[in-house]
Amino acid sequence: MTTTAQIQPTFEAWRAKARELLRHGVAPENVDWVYASQTASLLAEQPAEYRTASNASVKVPADFLRLAANVCAHTDERRFAILYRLLHRLALGGEKHLLTMPSDRDMHQCIMWAKAVSRDIHKMHAFVRFRLVGVNEPNGREQFVAWFEPEYRITRLAAPFFEKRFASMDWSILTPDECASWDGHKLTFMPGMSRHDTPAADAHDDLWRTYYRSIFNPARLKVQAMQSEMPMKYWKNLPEAEIIHDLIASSDQRVRAMMATPERPVKPAPNNAYLNSLRNKPEQLTSPAPASPASAP
Amino acid sequence: MELTRKLEILADAAKYDASCASSGAARKDSRDGKGIGSTGGMGICHSYTPDGRCVSLLKVLLTNACLYDCHYCINRRSSNVQRARFTPEEVVQLTLDFYKRNYIEGLFLSSGIVRSADFTMEQVIEVARQLREVHHFRGYIHLKTIPEASQALIDKAGRYADRISINIELPSQQSLDRLAPEKNLTNTMQAMHGIRQRIDENLEAKKTARQIVNRPRAKAPAFATSQSTQMIVGADDSSDALVLHRADELYRDCRLRRVYYSGFSPIPEPSVLLPIKPPPLVREHRLYQADWLLRFYGFDVGELLPKEDPNLDLDLDPKLAWALRNRADFPMDINRASQEMLWRIPGLGTVNVARILAARRWASLTLADLQRMRVNLKKVMPFIIAADHRPHIAQLENANLRQQFLPGPRQLELNFNAPPPTTPADATMVLSGQL
Repeated sequence: MTTTAQIQPTFEAWRAKARELLRHGVAPENVDWVYASQTASLLAEQPAEYRTASNASVKVPADFLRLAANVCAHTDERRFAILYRLLHRLALGGEKHLLTMPSDRDMHQCIMWAKAVSRDIHKMHAFVRFRLVGVNEPNGREQFVAWFEPEYRITRLAAPFFEKRFASMDWSILTPDECASWDGHKLTFMPGMSRHDTPAADAHDDLWRTYYRSIFNPARLKVQAMQSEMPMKYWKNLPEAEIIHDLIASSDQRVRAMMATPERPVKPAPNNAYLNSLRNKPEQLTSPAPASPASAP
Repeated sequence: MELTRKLEILADAAKYDASCASSGAARKDSRDGKGIGSTGGMGICHSYTPDGRCVSLLKVLLTNACLYDCHYCINRRSSNVQRARFTPEEVVQLTLDFYKRNYIEGLFLSSGIVRSADFTMEQVIEVARQLREVHHFRGYIHLKTIPEASQALIDKAGRYADRISINIELPSQQSLDRLAPEKNLTNTMQAMHGIRQRIDENLEAKKTARQIVNRPRAKAPAFATSQSTQMIVGADDSSDALVLHRADELYRDCRLRRVYYSGFSPIPEPSVLLPIKPPPLVREHRLYQADWLLRFYGFDVGELLPKEDPNLDLDLDPKLAWALRNRADFPMDINRASQEMLWRIPGLGTVNVARILAARRWASLTLADLQRMRVNLKKVMPFIIAADHRPHIAQLENANLRQQFLPGPRQLELNFNAPPPTTPADATMVLSGQL
């Protein structure tokens, strides 16, 4: 008999449901996983009738839960079903070593999803750009807001990093799926918002672009290397991205200008006590590496 | 001078330093609500410039005025570049403002040498002191130090910084004498030894503290946790062997976290002693690959660079080049070979080796298993035995094996602007050998 497992598309909901199914020994091929948001085409969930009696407790390695948390944040529709199959094999199928088998098909698929999600989290940590919107009058805390568009549902997974790093500011990160807010005491989550709710710019964006322009070396243009680490899908929310095109376009000319610059002659050393002391030192040995008292045996 | 203009000059002056790492710092954060920032764990690259380099730190000089005359450097005293100087307060404010907007992970501060080594160090340290003590900044700080500065000042810098570094710049004193006459290799190495000792002492002290108290409270580190250096490649005529032997020595004796190789890049103020040329980007890349093999794959410099050939093959990665010189060691059985041997197979990285070791406890691995681990099959196949694969002996002995791995031939000038697109029919022809 097929059971319909209707859940919110979150890790917590999946975990609770999976626990219940597993306790009753429901086989993965008998579960139909459905998001709560897709109810239109489906029957309302019926209280499941399980044939097997409840089986006390199910233990899985912590590594599996970490993997599952990331996999659930992915958007592929098959994720809950495959994750449950993996769990079933691991807990009831006698395949305890599955987690050390990256070549297994289910493991491989889940690892790929988890990887994509953790990369997205990492990119969120990197590419969120806060904008100063004001100061909280009573306590003097600065208030910042950021708009970000992650690829997956990662706001909850990415937020603790910002709490640790920016604990002394008030901040909100708005995304289309879910928003996170920190007020110095508590991290709160709210439904997604639209881009129009965020401030367009910060006074420091110009200074940041100045820095970005100046730290770029036109003599080593490697556009692909940049794009593989900072894919264009993130550019629309990065203040520095708007000058990338100009930097690339002008680099060739800048290098030509360098090549055409006449070579500068050597200027004599100024009369400086420190420089003189360097020159007047007794002959140094050319062989470097003095015997180190601390070198390992 | 306006702040924007200063930033322009002093960031431009700092961009030839390749280091931008922000990983490996002691764990700290600002959840006590007092300061700002956190470090620990993986470094974050907050942006990338079109040169493919990451931007993780605000990398600036305190001043680009300099007494030294290093001919590869845009800031040398013979250069006509415009000079500027930040006040410590300006750098502190800029760091905090950028940090709060999540543009950066921290500060990488260096300076031209003004007045004397000690005077310059004191200025640099003052910025770090203000950040840590006045603003309780817990982000990443990397300070460049000057080997001729007094030990007391280097110690002080290390107490505020997560990383300190001294650039060795060139691998031999002969090269320094010609291109950086004020620099002295012996002084540099001695200072690095001194820093290594402090880092070791600090590690030891932390270990002891952990043994006494069960759960030590997270504290700012008493000393930087790592040091690094940079060598410029392609400015002098040093061979890759000389560069890598020097790097290997630094890793072993001074326990450096990283040696950065920076291909000598054209600068706007070329010196008459060092005419500019295009940067040797491939050579730089091969040096990094070889560096990785030294640190993580158990290779010796001598294996990668035999005496008769002191430069790396620019066409092939150094592990593949090594394997082709040592074909008698192959093929290796991926289901039996030790970790150290697996590391030596071209196309296998340490991560995949760990996966192979884990997975083969349960099943004999096939090519399909490797493919799922995203191993480049074309590259490994001549060198391995798998449950369902054994390469032809003739293949390994074939003198043309090297040809197989070379990058595809470039389009000739003939069709330079409009190469004809290949059709499926072309592909069939190539495969079948029939016209």
